[in-house]
Amino acid sequence: MKLELRGITKTFGALVANDHIDLTVEPGEIHCLLGENGAGKSTLMNVLYGLYQADGGEILLDDAVQHFAGPGDAMAAGIGMVHQHFMLIPVFTVAENVMLGHEQTRAGGLLDLPAARAKVKEISERFGFDVDPDALVDELPVGVQQRVEIIKALSRDARVLVFDEPTAVLTPQETDELMQIMRQLRDAGTAIVFITHKLREVREVADRITVMRLGKVVGEAQPTATNAELASLMVGRAVELTVHKEEPTLGEEALVVENLTVVDHIGQLVVNDVSFSVRRGEILAIAGVQGNGQTELTEALVGLQPRVTGRISLDGRELTGASVRKILDAGVGFVPEDRNEDGLVGEFTIAENLMLDRSTGKPFVKAATLQLGYRADFAREKVAEFDVRTPSIETKVGRLSGGNQQKVVLARELSRDLTLFVAAQPTRGVDVGSIEFIHKRIVETRDSGVPVIVVSTELDEVAALADRIMVMYRGRIVGIVPGNTPRDVLGLMMAGEAPTSEGVAA
Amino acid sequence: MSDENPQKPAAPAPASVAPDRATSEAIEPPSRWTVALREIATGNAIISVLAVLLALLVGAIMIAFTDENVQKTAVYFFARPGDTVVAVWQSVSGAYSALFQGSIYNFRRPGFEAGIKPLTETLTFATPLIAAGLGVGLAFRVGMFNIGGRGQMLIAASVAGWVGFGWDLPWGIHMIVAVLAGMLGGALWAGIAGLLKARTGAHEVIVTIMLNYIAYYLVSWMLRTPGLLQAPGSSNPKTPAIKEMAVFIKILGPQYNLHFGFLLAIIATIIVWWILNRSNLGFQFKAVGENPNAARVAGINVKSMYVYAMLISGALVGLAGVAQVLGTVTTGFSSGIDAGIGFDAITVALLGRSTPWGIFVAGILFGAFKAGGFSMQAAEGVPVEIVLVVQSLIVLFIAAPPLVRAIFRLPSPGSRQKRTVPNVTKEVAAK
Repeated sequence: MKLELRGITKTFGALVANDHIDLTVEPGEIHCLLGENGAGKSTLMNVLYGLYQADGGEILLDDAVQHFAGPGDAMAAGIGMVHQHFMLIPVFTVAENVMLGHEQTRAGGLLDLPAARAKVKEISERFGFDVDPDALVDELPVGVQQRVEIIKALSRDARVLVFDEPTAVLTPQETDELMQIMRQLRDAGTAIVFITHKLREVREVADRITVMRLGKVVGEAQPTATNAELASLMVGRAVELTVHKEEPTLGEEALVVENLTVVDHIGQLVVNDVSFSVRRGEILAIAGVQGNGQTELTEALVGLQPRVTGRISLDGRELTGASVRKILDAGVGFVPEDRNEDGLVGEFTIAENLMLDRSTGKPFVKAATLQLGYRADFAREKVAEFDVRTPSIETKVGRLSGGNQQKVVLARELSRDLTLFVAAQPTRGVDVGSIEFIHKRIVETRDSGVPVIVVSTELDEVAALADRIMVMYRGRIVGIVPGNTPRDVLGLMMAGEAPTSEGVAA
Repeated sequence: MSDENPQKPAAPAPASVAPDRATSEAIEPPSRWTVALREIATGNAIISVLAVLLALLVGAIMIAFTDENVQKTAVYFFARPGDTVVAVWQSVSGAYSALFQGSIYNFRRPGFEAGIKPLTETLTFATPLIAAGLGVGLAFRVGMFNIGGRGQMLIAASVAGWVGFGWDLPWGIHMIVAVLAGMLGGALWAGIAGLLKARTGAHEVIVTIMLNYIAYYLVSWMLRTPGLLQAPGSSNPKTPAIKEMAVFIKILGPQYNLHFGFLLAIIATIIVWWILNRSNLGFQFKAVGENPNAARVAGINVKSMYVYAMLISGALVGLAGVAQVLGTVTTGFSSGIDAGIGFDAITVALLGRSTPWGIFVAGILFGAFKAGGFSMQAAEGVPVEIVLVVQSLIVLFIAAPPLVRAIFRLPSPGSRQKRTVPNVTKEVAAK
């Protein structure tokens, strides 16, 4: 089915989110919609899906003008959407989720589960998905949940499929598998709209690329375009994609971790007998597929995990079992993986968030009283230094974009005297322009002689930043290898295969 | 760090000619006035005020319906509709003016001193509501729902009462000791809930409700047991009178009931304001209340905050119990001394949006309802239940802000959020 958008315009108050957008997607084509956060991609797709009503323009399917009053109409017309945040009910099985919203019933109003099961099986087989119709969605890995979303769309005979930032939650392997699925769907004649801001994925899978910026289409590109070309189209200026960094000037060993083991709240061994060290002026990147113990390892380092055995020492000081407060006071800076959940208080202002982890003593607190004047000066200074785009320091952090939120976290952590800097997924959900900035700051931190740990599931990021790479698999260290280790070797290590040549297998 | 950083990031003058109004709004930091107006219009303060207005409006309808004259005239409404309109007007205006005269100023009494008495009554009724409201509101800010006001008040009242009638201390000191002992009692009673939450994860709602029962029956038993709280030589479940030394002085002289407890409520309001807005303890409280995970990662001891918050909350609620026994009912009290204030405090805290001065105003409003409700019934025969319904309606409207917004066609806060998104607009200017 051919999808055509003509002159779609959508405004929110003074903000023009979509300004006369034209877009054509042919059947059997993967059309990439590329743009930074806030460029208007999601708005456009929500218009297409009937969630928003356009202020102007029309939607055509196979040259017939459509009017969608809601997602129901869009679905009926053959448009399916795989949202970034899955619209699944965790306590339902796959089959129940797939039938949700258009349940078929048998006599007596009984749900026709066997039919739903059969449908799931049929679609799974057609595309080679390995999905059990009776599995509880809650218990499935993220990548499989996404397949359930795809099955859901396909079960309603979607001929146009929209993927809204589908890879944001996926590991590199799952991403590759998703790409494969997208190609299969394309070959079966589906028109696919793929929304993303990750350049590598675009070049890998797209047949055509439309770049959006500030609510407008700013250009079309071929998949053969270079990353730099795409990035500059997206951001509107030239973007440095590779991080400039000198050879590290290594100091003595600062962080020493010995035989660290973490048991989680349900008694599973999530970090298993891990030993490593980080020297001053060095970036150790921890790579690995999401959920192989990296999160728990970093949390153990800052005292957030309750059941930890082994030893952690920093500059000769014992940190094992110390409270978060003590560890922060020892000069450990921490950028948590999920900034909204763990890094920021959304309802607090920028200024308040900047003092969040120094709420007990100087310089923000004197005699149990907040030093508001000092805090305001500090916040203004940091907002300027870290280029946080905000109307004021009194703006609530929850209102900022992902990139700006992350800059606030970074500003807070890097403005202390650090003896160790731990950044988990520092650029997740962050726009290209901010990624550049954040990477630069991380390297600067290293160059000032601070040992740095970066946890990332993005190989691009690992390769860009790391002086050494530690790969984790199922809670263990597969190996610690030099920063220039080729991707394919890293990929194998992430799947649990120990490196053949150098490195220390744990 | 270098000179390339502009001092003020938010105010780079747009390079081109003056952009249209909408764009300039997004680029320049909005003026204080705009912010304040938006805050009021989309924020919660206006919702509270409108909720009160709406509730009074619905209350007026009910007053009209329950009025005998209105019912009589409604029978021949189509013959002479004017009669009904007049009757409605009379019943509603009569009721609300009685409410006013019973709670603020009574024009029928001679002289200012007698006329103003209702206002002092209002403030007397408001005293425990403010104190307990502050306690509940403070717990709200830390993300906890303290429904245990009744239990905390009963324990505080018992402890303060016991000190008040059982001890002998010099004037002044006796009262201070009784106040502190009562607040300590309330704090410890609430602290149990805080401690259980921190240590075992027990939900404070369930724990405080159960502690209400425990406190009620504990106090009832002590009131019936000679040698504990029961007045000697009496078989009633009632304590002896509080000794003169411990009773709150009447701050406006003996002709008014307003007592020292009201000053304590003002002081408590100021202290809570300071805690929440100026102290690092309050900062940690709010961080825990808004996002306990982020607070924990930022090194804040979340569990201690739960305990501290419940202790302070209990002390404030306890102050309400203390004010009851040392100020309002000094002739000995029974197990009904809490008078439902522990629950009304939840309403007050909600209406006051859990801000100290909001609670102060809400407490006075509810005090006025209490004081005026009686005179409404006495003067106009309006059932006192109407006042309670109005109180409940206020909370109902506050709990449903979109309803109030829809009725008054206010902008929703979401529309404002959309407008502050654009970084986008700034990049246009930069280009």
